[in-house]
Amino acid sequence: MRFAISLLTVLGIASIIGTVLKQNEPYPNYVVQFGQFWFGMFEMLGLYDVYHTAWFLLILVFLVLSTSLCIYRNTPSMLHELRTFREHATEKSLRSFNHKNEYFFSAAPEDVIRRLGAFLSARGFRFRTVPQSDGSTLLAAKAGSYQRLGYILTHSAIVIICIGGLMDGNVPLKVQELLGYKAVESRDIPETEVPEKSRLSTANLSFRANMTLPEGAQGNVAFMRVRDGYLVQELPFSVVLKDFRIEHYATGQPKSFESDVEIQDKDLKEPLKATIRVNHPLIYKGVAIYQSDFQDGGSRMGFNVWPLRGAGHEPATIKGRVFDNLTQGEGQDALTIELDDFRLFNILNLSADGKGKPRNVGPSVTFKVRDMQGQAREYINYMQPLTIGGRPYFVSGVRATQNEDFSYLRIPADGENSLGDFMRLRAAMFDAGLAPEMARRLSSKALQGQEANAELRGKFEGSTVRLLQAFSEGGYTQVAKLIEESVPEKEREKAAMTYLKIIANAAYEGLVLSRERAGLPAPQPDESTQQFVHETLNSMSDVFFYGTPFYLEMTQFEQLQASGFQLTRSPGKNLVYGGSVLLVLGIFAMIYLRERRIWLLVKPGSQSVLFAMSSNRKNRDFEFEYTRHSEQLQTLFKG
Amino acid sequence: MESILSHDAPAPFLKRLTWADWAFLLLLLTGAVFAYSQYAEYMDVYEKSFLFAAVPGFGWLGWYFKPMRLLIVGIAAVSLFGISQYHGELVRADQAFFLKYLVSSQSAIMWMNVLFVMATAAYWLALLSRSDFVGKVASGLTWTAVLMGFVGLMVRWYESYLIAPDVGHIPISNLYEVFVLFCLITALIYLYYEKFYDTRQLGAFVLLVVSAAVGFILWYTFDREAQGIQPLVPALQSYWMKIHVPANFIGYGSFSLAAMVGGAYILAARGILATRLPKLEVLDDLMYKSIAVGFAFFTIATILGAMWAAEAWGGYWSWDPKETWALIVWLNYAAWLHLRLVKGLRGPILAWWALVGLLVTTFAFLGVNMFLSGLHSYGEL
Repeated sequence: MRFAISLLTVLGIASIIGTVLKQNEPYPNYVVQFGQFWFGMFEMLGLYDVYHTAWFLLILVFLVLSTSLCIYRNTPSMLHELRTFREHATEKSLRSFNHKNEYFFSAAPEDVIRRLGAFLSARGFRFRTVPQSDGSTLLAAKAGSYQRLGYILTHSAIVIICIGGLMDGNVPLKVQELLGYKAVESRDIPETEVPEKSRLSTANLSFRANMTLPEGAQGNVAFMRVRDGYLVQELPFSVVLKDFRIEHYATGQPKSFESDVEIQDKDLKEPLKATIRVNHPLIYKGVAIYQSDFQDGGSRMGFNVWPLRGAGHEPATIKGRVFDNLTQGEGQDALTIELDDFRLFNILNLSADGKGKPRNVGPSVTFKVRDMQGQAREYINYMQPLTIGGRPYFVSGVRATQNEDFSYLRIPADGENSLGDFMRLRAAMFDAGLAPEMARRLSSKALQGQEANAELRGKFEGSTVRLLQAFSEGGYTQVAKLIEESVPEKEREKAAMTYLKIIANAAYEGLVLSRERAGLPAPQPDESTQQFVHETLNSMSDVFFYGTPFYLEMTQFEQLQASGFQLTRSPGKNLVYGGSVLLVLGIFAMIYLRERRIWLLVKPGSQSVLFAMSSNRKNRDFEFEYTRHSEQLQTLFKG
Repeated sequence: MESILSHDAPAPFLKRLTWADWAFLLLLLTGAVFAYSQYAEYMDVYEKSFLFAAVPGFGWLGWYFKPMRLLIVGIAAVSLFGISQYHGELVRADQAFFLKYLVSSQSAIMWMNVLFVMATAAYWLALLSRSDFVGKVASGLTWTAVLMGFVGLMVRWYESYLIAPDVGHIPISNLYEVFVLFCLITALIYLYYEKFYDTRQLGAFVLLVVSAAVGFILWYTFDREAQGIQPLVPALQSYWMKIHVPANFIGYGSFSLAAMVGGAYILAARGILATRLPKLEVLDDLMYKSIAVGFAFFTIATILGAMWAAEAWGGYWSWDPKETWALIVWLNYAAWLHLRLVKGLRGPILAWWALVGLLVTTFAFLGVNMFLSGLHSYGEL
């Protein structure tokens, strides 16, 4: 008993650890979280999968043994208590009870015995009449004896549930692993190359494994994740994913995930067609197949690769599928684009205060750009411009590690909702050859009426070119540096204002110029264009922190989804459910049945009846009942 | 002679029923038959069996605890009135007079909040002034709060279908809704004990925990604006939700009630308010019964949860944080009952334990959602 309670306490604490520490994360995450030293310590204790460690399972096994022992030891006496009427109680022992009373009668003893029998029966007591050697008669009665069954039921239930759980846990696998028959595979290799040692046959009684199928694909193995590796579980059939669907509510939240599958098995004449949904698994050959998740199955996409540096402004086009690696550039400067994910829907809340309604902003692509040193940044690009504060922007998120939030580059879309104007203006601004022309145009506007003053013009144009050059080298940061170097501290604020204005106005000229060169009409000289120029400059300045020299614009896509299934076989389930039923019955029996015993010793000699009552649980209800019975007996004998 | 024999033995249950009991049952049956005749074609086999199981279910509840009859009839009447005011348009919740100020789900739940807080104050006043009359007022307020709360949930249920037919669902699917449910169930269990122990003094304590929940609802409504009806995520679209969640909340409610009675016990044992509160043995008994009921329902709820998990997540036990904490709560009260029933332990230790147990229960109910992530992420703060 004490042992069992200590075990339960340890189990409780271990369980709490398991809830606080996120279980079954990829191992690198733990290293980042705890550092190398603690990572090793925790790994040794198996804290990343507490509930499947050998010690945890061992405690469970001990718990089962200890509870079984408890049942074994106590059941005989419990059953005895359940059956016995305790008819051997003596007058002496009855008189030592706390709850007793004595009454006197005048009627015939047989009549009294008959009436007492009726009294007991009317109150739900069963009794035995036992003649005593001194001529008196004992009525030994009891009620609620099945309370004792509650003990047996609840404790057996715990044993049964634990056995069921252990069967479905990975005890057999653990044993095979300890004996060296099985080993976890941690290499990233094709399934067919996984050695026999890391494969589990179809004979495996209990498993819980995952399978991801792209639409149209077929699979006959599932993967069981174990610690930092996996095992391959072979299946007695194969699954073909015909179609995967996500339905949405009008508000955009997902309403259902459904997979149309076909089960192919040589025991089947025709493939079995079924639809698997969340909450509606398919069970075939004792294996339950659940809809568990979904991901991209290799969607095809086409991109415009817009240069973000230098004077070029025409995009290159590339195509690729999710999970493909595409290379841009050559030699030491080559960059690899790893296409990670495509999403058809993105429900975002773009309102400024976050209180507006979230809505679907269309497809996005997630990718990494890795340089030759292996350094990578992760990007998310939205295909369509997002409307933020009433204006459209192309948005791209960038982050250096998975743990960071994305920082966003916002590129203003032009009148055609395209990147064209931005890219042309950007190219013009970064084109050193165009700077003098932009400066000239600006000066002829800004210095109207002073055409004759060639010296002033020359000075103005010269400083404009210098500003534009600084901007093209490092955006506003570089301009700030220039100001710091060349302007005394007191005048910096004023100078900054002037410089920003000059850059903005020169950029406007750049926009006009770049459109001219592209054979497009001049932009409307209105506030909207000014804002566009202003935002373009901001975002050009951000380009220096963006990390890649190009912008990937998704232009087309063809979605291919993959559905994630969980496959389980759990023969222990019925035991667990059966145990659960016993548990509930047992709890109700223990709580709502109250075992009470009554003895009535009828003594013809002294014409008296000794009434004694007991219960294995003394509580308020018992006191009430005793008082009631004792008063009723009083009335009975008065009558 | 023979009559004396059995004169105080209780009469059989059925013979103790009055015409009102039978009328109540008839009303339930009529309601069920009417609903069936109108909507049978939209119902699946579960829904039909639920509908007709509700007749003996609520019938028994009303027979066993008589005030329930009036409550159930009241909920039905007021809810139907509320629904009739909508004319099938959700916007009328803010336009029609009765809806805006009384029985739209938001208004009704606000009334419930206000009434619970008033009832708490009244119970304390009754306790301190030893006034019977104020105590009766407090009971009345609590009953009315329960009525309004249930009406709020019923009307909310209807409103969810007005948003869109595919959005409609029973309002026990997110933290806001289950907090309302928690208040109602805790208050109802308290009212039951109030009648059967014939004492109003404990309301002051029990309604404290209900008022705390009301505080949460208000914060959740005004600060987080979480009172809106959201469509169900696929994992929640299951029949199990309708039985798993209420069973769990009978457990949580009973445990909370026991904790508050435990608090009263601790005070009374130290002589504080001792003359105003019921005797210690009554408090002890009430605490035990409440935990016993809670434990039974919590066990059932956990088992139902396991069965649902087997259908939704691919395994009856996944050591999800919520599951694990449910196990810890279960072990906690199992130990409590064990010590009391098997070892015969009594007194302040159990009262303290019941009170501390509330912390464990609250963590399982709320803390897991706030601090731990897992499969039960529906009720995130």
